[in-house]
Amino acid sequence: MSRQLWSFHGGIHPPQYKELSNQRPIAQSSLAAELVIPLHQHIGQSPEPIVQVGDYVLKGQELAHAQGYVSAPVHASSSGTVVAIEERAIPHPSGLNALCVVLATDGEDRWLEQQLDERHYTAIEPSHLRNLIRSAGIVGLGGAGFPTFIKLNPTGRVIDTLILNGVECEPYITCDDLLMRERSTEILAGIKIMRHALQAGEVLIAIEDNKPEAIAIMQQAIANEPGIEVVSVPTRYPQGGEKQLIKVLTGKECPSSGLPFQIGVVLNNVATAYAIHRAVNHGQPLVSRIVTITGDGIKEPRNLEVPIGTPIQHLIDQCGGTSGEIERIIIGGPMMGFAMHSSAIPLIKTSNCILATRQPEQPAAPEMPCIRCGACAEVCPVELLPQQLYWHARAKEFDKTQEYDLFDCIECGCCSYVCPSNIPLVHYYRFAKTEIWSQEREKEKADQARKRHEFRLSRIEREQAEKEARLALKRAAVQEKSETPDKGEAEKQALIQAALARAQAKKESQQEPPKNTAELTPAQQRIIDEADARRQRLDAAADTPRKEAE
Amino acid sequence: MYLKTPSSPHTHGANGLSVVMLRVVYALIPAIAAYAWLFGWGVIINLLLATVTALATEAIMLRLRHRPLSPFLKDGSALVTALLLGIAIPPLAPWWLIVIGAAFALVFGKHLYGGLGFNPFNPAMVGYVMLLISFPREMTTWAAPLSLSGQTLSFSQNLGWVFSGTLPAGVTLDSLTSATVLDTLKTQLKLGQDINQISASPIFGAMGGTGWQWINLAILGGGVWLIYKKIISWHIPVAMLGSLALISLIFFVIAPEHHASPLFHLMSGGAMLGAFFIATDPVSGATSLKGRLWFGAGVGILTYIIRSWGGYPDAVAFAVLLMNMVAPTIDHYTKPVVFGHRKGPDDR
Repeated sequence: MSRQLWSFHGGIHPPQYKELSNQRPIAQSSLAAELVIPLHQHIGQSPEPIVQVGDYVLKGQELAHAQGYVSAPVHASSSGTVVAIEERAIPHPSGLNALCVVLATDGEDRWLEQQLDERHYTAIEPSHLRNLIRSAGIVGLGGAGFPTFIKLNPTGRVIDTLILNGVECEPYITCDDLLMRERSTEILAGIKIMRHALQAGEVLIAIEDNKPEAIAIMQQAIANEPGIEVVSVPTRYPQGGEKQLIKVLTGKECPSSGLPFQIGVVLNNVATAYAIHRAVNHGQPLVSRIVTITGDGIKEPRNLEVPIGTPIQHLIDQCGGTSGEIERIIIGGPMMGFAMHSSAIPLIKTSNCILATRQPEQPAAPEMPCIRCGACAEVCPVELLPQQLYWHARAKEFDKTQEYDLFDCIECGCCSYVCPSNIPLVHYYRFAKTEIWSQEREKEKADQARKRHEFRLSRIEREQAEKEARLALKRAAVQEKSETPDKGEAEKQALIQAALARAQAKKESQQEPPKNTAELTPAQQRIIDEADARRQRLDAAADTPRKEAE
Repeated sequence: MYLKTPSSPHTHGANGLSVVMLRVVYALIPAIAAYAWLFGWGVIINLLLATVTALATEAIMLRLRHRPLSPFLKDGSALVTALLLGIAIPPLAPWWLIVIGAAFALVFGKHLYGGLGFNPFNPAMVGYVMLLISFPREMTTWAAPLSLSGQTLSFSQNLGWVFSGTLPAGVTLDSLTSATVLDTLKTQLKLGQDINQISASPIFGAMGGTGWQWINLAILGGGVWLIYKKIISWHIPVAMLGSLALISLIFFVIAPEHHASPLFHLMSGGAMLGAFFIATDPVSGATSLKGRLWFGAGVGILTYIIRSWGGYPDAVAFAVLLMNMVAPTIDHYTKPVVFGHRKGPDDR
């Protein structure tokens, strides 16, 4: 393997604990009596439910239809009856409830008759492939959950490199490792479909060197595949981060607010490739995934293939249950996962690991003041100054946090990991980000209110002007009548003209409404139209007495 | 089942603050041993007095500020301040000098600014400079290396001197003390002598002052160990010693009879202690890597300027405090380029 590798800044080498769960093969999870399938399992818009309570659904049947572009449908992960469509606890850091389809399984696990495109994938148009992948509900299975069909759309650009992420850099997690070991040919089939959809050049399968079995097996699988290469990368967290891995493999630095395809690279998880193979070659939507159930609080840690929506407690029970007093249940790895309040939540498409940890023997060290040692900056893979961000976030100087590029932070947790003062740095950054977002929302609201208010003011002013013009005309008319006939006609006309000119000038001075009148709602437009009509009527009325006077 | 739901990461891999501070203390041990070997018990008495005073002051200040005592007393930062100050004070100083210095360092250098992590200046140097300008006579009465004075005070004799100012019969203070090499150099150069004549004095060793050079070598060893252990980064020591060596080399080359050699500058006074243990104080120094280079270079150049043309023979303390003042500005102008913000040929 003589391929040149680059490096990213910083990073850490936390203890791996992978051997806990990678000793046993992947097992098929038993079917839970009740599946709770959240609608929102990806980045983007929630899909709309298309089933009703009481409906009998088959495995693979669509439960909710994608809405908008960045969205993905959700399918029934087994056959059974929809018993509820309601808000339930879901695996989300907020701990808030969200809409779920609750399925009482009938135990038969009957598939919907699969509508398979019989053509070989190479005969299928890339755009049609993307549609197939979209309707199969496939999202990035590495954890972020971005709808995959979007990432397979090169939008007219040339994709030089397709990277398959088998890095799995977080400690404890082994689901991709086991998938590569056991299902390498299926992954390869998925990779080829991706490559075809993207018309990509070379394909690199990146695997950290702490997974020698997976590397050997994947190498075997691609032995006769030109243009596909397995690249062993030295283990370092957070190498599995999209932009970090792209840097390591290609030396290219993805611009801060840009996307990888802008630099000719697309990166997908190996498990996503497997899901694509199931969808395109077998017509099966994404209804299950492989998940690692591990941690010192699990009796028999292992990987399970699990129907989406299976309650986490059901999975823990299949791994011998818990051992000792559990302190945390984490969805994801120990570096970036989030701790949940209960095990009564369902597994979703993006859940790659369930980590149950025991009460530590020693209580956590207290948080001490920052001594500006700079250890955080040394490990930051984004080359931020975490300590400056911390000071400003703590002081709620949010504009300063943005000057220090807060939003480039990927929340990998390296800084907190090495902090000798034990400061939960990432927590401060999340706090700052949330505050900034909510401030922006507030500002938007305030802007809207201000626009409405300004519009109202301009309307009142306009009405006032119209009224004055009307009055001026009336006064002129009255004056005309009451005045003695020996006054010269020219003089009278001049008076009238002057009044008219004054009114006109006033009207014109009010004629410049604020810029926002360009985007009027139909209701507002109607009001203006009515006002204009009134004005015309008034103008006509004003003309009449003048004629009479003549 | 009650589950904890803290923010990620859920694992922590670093040594605590106390480990960081203790390693600094370990790194000082060779220097302290060499110092005590060459200058006698006074060194140890100084360090003990400084430590007791510093910890007591820390405890009182924490109590006054309503802060928990245990985590902050155990963090080791007061101990490090005490040791650095204790090392910098003449071994034959009276007890009140070190007590005032240590208390001042902790109160005015640290707690009045908000305690650990909030002090803009290096507390040990705040204490040292206060003593130097308030008590110049006591602060410049340096013990002569034992090998030169030929007289040794026992521990109890030394205690007697420190606390009551009495010396054993037949021993005069003059016989125990001598000017430091930097001091001698400064005064003799002013008197018109050249370097060769001055350095013929027995207080001058091969590299720095007799005896002092070994202490400086011990400090260098401890400092290198700190870099190896990643407690400090190499940037500040290298920049400081490098700039000091460079600027002294320039003047040495121009006029060797009026300017000491770079080696002499590196091996005398507080250069080594400053480079590895004082300028590297993270709280009061620059934090970005590029900033640390500037910071270190500033300390080195200021040290040379003050040594050569200033009013005090040694200059490290002043140089560090002056650079502490500009550290935030240095940090402001040396922000590293964030990943993905670079302009390069890869940009399309």
